[in-house]
Amino acid sequence: MNFFFEVLVGGLLAGVMYSLVAIGFVLIYKASKVFNFAQGSMVLFSALTFVSLLERGVTFWVAFFITLLSMILLAWVIERYVLRKLVNRSPITLFMATLGLSYIIEGLAQLLWGAQVHGLDLGINDEPFEFQGLLLSQFDLFASAVAGTLVIFLSVFFNKTRTGIALRAVADDQLAALAVGIDLQKLWLIVWAVAGFVGLVAGLLWGARLGVQFSLSLVVLKALPVLIIGGFTSISGSILGGLIIGASEKLAEVFIGPYLGGGIENWFPYVLAMLFLLIRPAGIFGEREIERV
Amino acid sequence: MLYRESGQFSTSYAAERRLFRLYQERIAFILLLAVAFLLVPFIGNDYWFSAILIPFLVLSLAGLGLNLLTGYAGQLSLGSAAFMAVGAFAAYNFNLRIEGMPFLISLILGGITAGLTGVVFGLPSLRIKGFYILVATLAAQFFVQWVFTNFAWFSNNSSSGVITAPPLIIFGWDLSSPVGRYLLTLSVVVALSLLASNIVRSELGRNWMAVRDMDTAAAVIGISIPKTKLLAFAISSFYLGIAGSLWAFTYLGTVEPHGFDLTRSFQILFIIIIGGMGSILGNFLGAAFIVLFPVFLSNISSGLFAGIVDVGQLENIQKIIFGVLIIFFLIKEPNGLAKIWQTFKQVMHVWPLRF
Repeated sequence: MNFFFEVLVGGLLAGVMYSLVAIGFVLIYKASKVFNFAQGSMVLFSALTFVSLLERGVTFWVAFFITLLSMILLAWVIERYVLRKLVNRSPITLFMATLGLSYIIEGLAQLLWGAQVHGLDLGINDEPFEFQGLLLSQFDLFASAVAGTLVIFLSVFFNKTRTGIALRAVADDQLAALAVGIDLQKLWLIVWAVAGFVGLVAGLLWGARLGVQFSLSLVVLKALPVLIIGGFTSISGSILGGLIIGASEKLAEVFIGPYLGGGIENWFPYVLAMLFLLIRPAGIFGEREIERV
Repeated sequence: MLYRESGQFSTSYAAERRLFRLYQERIAFILLLAVAFLLVPFIGNDYWFSAILIPFLVLSLAGLGLNLLTGYAGQLSLGSAAFMAVGAFAAYNFNLRIEGMPFLISLILGGITAGLTGVVFGLPSLRIKGFYILVATLAAQFFVQWVFTNFAWFSNNSSSGVITAPPLIIFGWDLSSPVGRYLLTLSVVVALSLLASNIVRSELGRNWMAVRDMDTAAAVIGISIPKTKLLAFAISSFYLGIAGSLWAFTYLGTVEPHGFDLTRSFQILFIIIIGGMGSILGNFLGAAFIVLFPVFLSNISSGLFAGIVDVGQLENIQKIIFGVLIIFFLIKEPNGLAKIWQTFKQVMHVWPLRF
């Protein structure tokens, strides 16, 4: 039984990492209805930039701010040269544009910093400690704390500040928001920059865990089922979805995997998300869309 | 165009509905086929057959498969490579396990198996739409790859999951030489392309387009959405399955499950973005682009910046250029290379006058 709980907790904590990537996704989807496949590449780009700066002897906070600035610059370029030109196009076109974007960002990141694996040490002790008979990883707990803080910060930002309220207006109806004088382009820039920031945090935590390498950009594939379960527009949904996916995939891998030959972690989240879709297509916290002819 | 179409009137519905309405177009098409079938085998060399022409034809067919689903029926898919894998592995197994199975029949059976798999993973599309269907196609992508990697039975217990091509003997002709493989691929691709261009002009094709443009409205005018969508998945996967078998047997001669990973799916998606969504010609243009562009790029870089850019970086640069191109096409020419050809024809229509 103890083993079960250990797997469960391990899965839940891994799920927090998925949530972090999914949150970046949700932010962009909420503000611009863009299904951003490039979020994973942004995670890779920020982590790679950060770790390369660190390796060149830049101190932690300076590297952090330089990386943040580069993410804001990236957001500006994306807004200026991609989103602005594609305004009013179908969601599928925008999605494919982010596919192209992910190619550019991945290629750029590796062109600048090389393709080798970098170790990243955030200075957090990763020795497991015992809690009520369970072995817990300190690093994972730290990651969950960061994710929690991030969610609180984002909720305050979106619910209390002027920008946040404007953002919700844009999410509701772009045209109406434009009509009441909301600066759409500035908002998109902010949202992509914030998503870049979330990507940076996720990239640092993932990078410290697995090493900074190309596979980071594939994290986006884990975030997709998380979004399906949580709903595309809900930040708390992506936390919950992340927990569900993280826990169930680890449990499935450990308890069902051996009977099937292992490696089911790769597709299990998708099958779960598919089953989930059949029951509740909009996700747990998603909004049901009303269609009119 | 250089020719004029005036004076060519259709006097029956059948005449108006034919694939090439103008006799110049028919002649051009027959000439094209004649060149491809009769001239190219004599003037081409083995490098051109194996490295350019065969992958070009196979990728065109794969693009055609995805285009039927995405470009015509409006269902986004990132699982194309999975259906290719199903086609390849199924064709391999039919050929291996049934005594005296002719190659062509196993090819078709492989395609049908892929089509059925497509229907299974298309089932969620009845209840969900838009991006959500991506999840089902990605599930197919990861699940299929996992099955072929984990269960050695599918690759006849080969340790690395690699399958090798069965003998390519058709009606007693051995087609294992590069020219033979080229002719085999070409015949299959031409036959299936003609079939596809007829499907999309039929009632089914029109239903697909209605569902793509607005499924609610399509349902209102009496189109059966489930039937239309599932047929789109079935036929698209059939094409992808055949393309997968050809990829494995006539192009590479051997393939492992990893050869049909997500990158391949993206590649096929890019073919239809660059070539043109909802266009049969577009698949060929897009595939030609995808095949020739890396060759072109590596030639340029070895000629111009020999030694300055190393091979690993070249791949990154290629990635960036592809990304830029995709965004460029989406912004400037959403209908792809096929549209550029259309525009060119329009301009030539009245050339040298402006209107």
